[in-house]
Amino acid sequence: MTQPPLLEMTAVDKAFGATVALSGAHLRVEAGEVCALIGENGAGKSTLMRILSGVETPDSGTIRISGEPFSPANPQQAREGGIAMVHQELAVVEDLTVEENLLLGAEPNVAGLYLPSRMRDRVVSSLKLLGRGEIQPSTPVSQLSVAARQLVEIARALVHDAPVIVFDEPTSSLGVQDIEHLFEVIGRLRDDGRAVVYISHFLEEVQRVADRWTVLRDGKVVAEGLICETSTEDLVSHMIGRHLDEMYPRIPHQRGDALIEVSDLKTRTGLDKADLVLHRGEVLGIAGLVGSGRSQLLRGIYGLDPIDSGSVRVAGRAHRPAPTRSIEARVGLASEDRKEEGLATDLSLATNLTLGSSSARPFFSLLGLKQERSQVEGWIERFSIRTRGPDQPVRTLSGGNQQKVALARLMHLDVDAVLLDEPTRGIDVGSKTEVFRWIGEMSAAGKGVLVVSSSMQELLGICDRIQVMHRGVLGNPREVEQWDEHSLMVCAVGGDEAP
Amino acid sequence: MKFLIPRQWFATLAPFLGVVVVVLVFWILYPDQPMTLKTWQIVATHTVVVGLAAVGMTWVIISAGIDLSVGSVIALSGVSAALAVDAGWGAIGAVVVALATGALCGAYNGILIVGLRLPPFIATLGTMGFFRGVALWVADNGSVRPEDAEGASTTAGIAHWVKNGTEGQWLPPGVWLLLLITLLGALALRWTVLGRHTVAIGSNELTARLCGVQIKRTKVVIYALAGLLAGLAGVMLFGRLTVGDSTAAVGIELKVIAAVVIGGASLSGGQGSISGTLAGALLMAVLSNRCTAAGWADFIEHMIVGHIIILAVAIDQWRIRRTNH
Repeated sequence: MTQPPLLEMTAVDKAFGATVALSGAHLRVEAGEVCALIGENGAGKSTLMRILSGVETPDSGTIRISGEPFSPANPQQAREGGIAMVHQELAVVEDLTVEENLLLGAEPNVAGLYLPSRMRDRVVSSLKLLGRGEIQPSTPVSQLSVAARQLVEIARALVHDAPVIVFDEPTSSLGVQDIEHLFEVIGRLRDDGRAVVYISHFLEEVQRVADRWTVLRDGKVVAEGLICETSTEDLVSHMIGRHLDEMYPRIPHQRGDALIEVSDLKTRTGLDKADLVLHRGEVLGIAGLVGSGRSQLLRGIYGLDPIDSGSVRVAGRAHRPAPTRSIEARVGLASEDRKEEGLATDLSLATNLTLGSSSARPFFSLLGLKQERSQVEGWIERFSIRTRGPDQPVRTLSGGNQQKVALARLMHLDVDAVLLDEPTRGIDVGSKTEVFRWIGEMSAAGKGVLVVSSSMQELLGICDRIQVMHRGVLGNPREVEQWDEHSLMVCAVGGDEAP
Repeated sequence: MKFLIPRQWFATLAPFLGVVVVVLVFWILYPDQPMTLKTWQIVATHTVVVGLAAVGMTWVIISAGIDLSVGSVIALSGVSAALAVDAGWGAIGAVVVALATGALCGAYNGILIVGLRLPPFIATLGTMGFFRGVALWVADNGSVRPEDAEGASTTAGIAHWVKNGTEGQWLPPGVWLLLLITLLGALALRWTVLGRHTVAIGSNELTARLCGVQIKRTKVVIYALAGLLAGLAGVMLFGRLTVGDSTAAVGIELKVIAAVVIGGASLSGGQGSISGTLAGALLMAVLSNRCTAAGWADFIEHMIVGHIIILAVAIDQWRIRRTNH
């Protein structure tokens, strides 16, 4: 008789009021296996994981761990039952040390007296297993990089010896090298005989890291299989439920005059030297690792980061970067951090969408609320934003729809130059394609689009020319045909630029 | 409740319901002490000083700020008004001087906050002491009382704005002024660029900056406007006291902030209602009046007001949690 799988969820139903989040969903992961759970936003992935981690209770269905029935009533019980979650938003306490974080909530003690030394070996060996033995347990987490903080979270799962580890979009805040390292770590966990559930939008990642896949759509498992037997196209069409002819729609456009000219730009935030020319009717891509100064380039041009030296010209005129002046010069920026900067998430869709257009007006001039509303309704239709209406708070929209609001704002401002910082971060495949189509349409309409992205594939798919940033220095532009994923990567890590 | 009133209205109506509840509770406890028309007139008049300052405070709190110096500004403006009357500048002169004093104080707060990048709590904690000191200085450590006949009659004219009992007058002009200011404040919050930017800054300052909102300029204007209204409150207080008292309005900032919070504004910014604030100010005046009518000691009133604030914020938090689900 074969061993029961380490994790088995069967016939899980969950409804919130009239909304069915899950119906008959199942998931099965063997020991020593990485299973990718994929699906668009709202497909039910998070709900399934919230049930597994004890945050929600299912309406019906069973969970078994190594064949034993398991029904966590709260996150505490789930943790004790051996389920560890590594979240998209990191859940570490910055003011505590690595060790204190690892032992948080389960501090080794004798009669309330905290005795970390009793667990010191476990802490050290967990960090070692992750290949980061050099991290001192006494280091405050605030001194670690984002990637290292995530490792602390993974190490927490190891310290408590959790057999099931769930990664929820773990790479959305990591750079390429850290992602490589994370994959290595996941490999080690698999070899260590744990069951790993890996949730991601990024299909390239899934194909790299997972052994099996399960696709959820509208709360149901629509397909599952082995990674080695499945093509990307198949995964995508399972996810969106229709065949995606082309991930990157090509819309013909014509390169025109220079729109933004940047020379010798240096910011106080980590950009050392950048020269570029963005033309009308062009999509120019900026590749590079996270932290290489890509965002700082966009933020410097727009005026969010203070400039040390260098010059920016917009449509032939000298431009002294500051957000208000940039908007007046018809330059717009979409932030990479939608929740913290890009959108005021508590405010309505309408307010968020129209916020930029009043910036230069006198304080006591009146807002044309009625006209504004009809314009907003137009944008909702144009971008097919799924919403109850213009008054819905942005925080209640899905990631893809939030991003559409941020992009619609740029259209509402009627900008000529569009600076996009990670425009597809954290949004589902369907929305991504819509964003790519929009970028193409903007360039076809004679606008200039400058786009920063961590996905090399994406840049190769949508750009006309690409420049690579390495340690704050921007390399020379080349036509997209002269690049491939390998050469982009080589430049990004500082290798020789010659093709 | 959900079936009777649409949810978004509930937030607006809740503070008014609070007023009704307080009246009903006291009516049940003391049926022989009902709220008469006359009591309502007195209560309305007592709302004027706190209410005017609270309209400005609502704007400040919606922008995720706070102004602890409001009591000192009211006192300083009151003293300035008295000095202007004493100097023979007439009622209009007194109002102009008080408004200018208030607006200057507010602008100073705003400049400190954006110029030195201080948290508003700290900046206005500092100026609370500073403005009080200036008030004591110009009033020579006491009060300014316009002595001569002309000054006395000007003072009586201003006092008339916040005194009940004038023959043939339903409510004193000060109450109508408060209603007008409330209306203007509420309309401006929704319909002007400044209002939109105030909400945006309070909700997410980084987004506002990204969208080109001139954060610094806007903040200085918000604090200056709040100061202007505190100055107006100062004139009204001068009218009530008929002297410019440099030690008046101590601790009033807590009443003003409480009115705003009871009115549904969030101390973390981005949310607030001017009409709610008015109801919050009215609620406290009604409560104070009822406690006195019931013969309860002052300390009981303090204990109740404290818990009304706690309750208001708790209800608000509960509502937010529910809508987030």
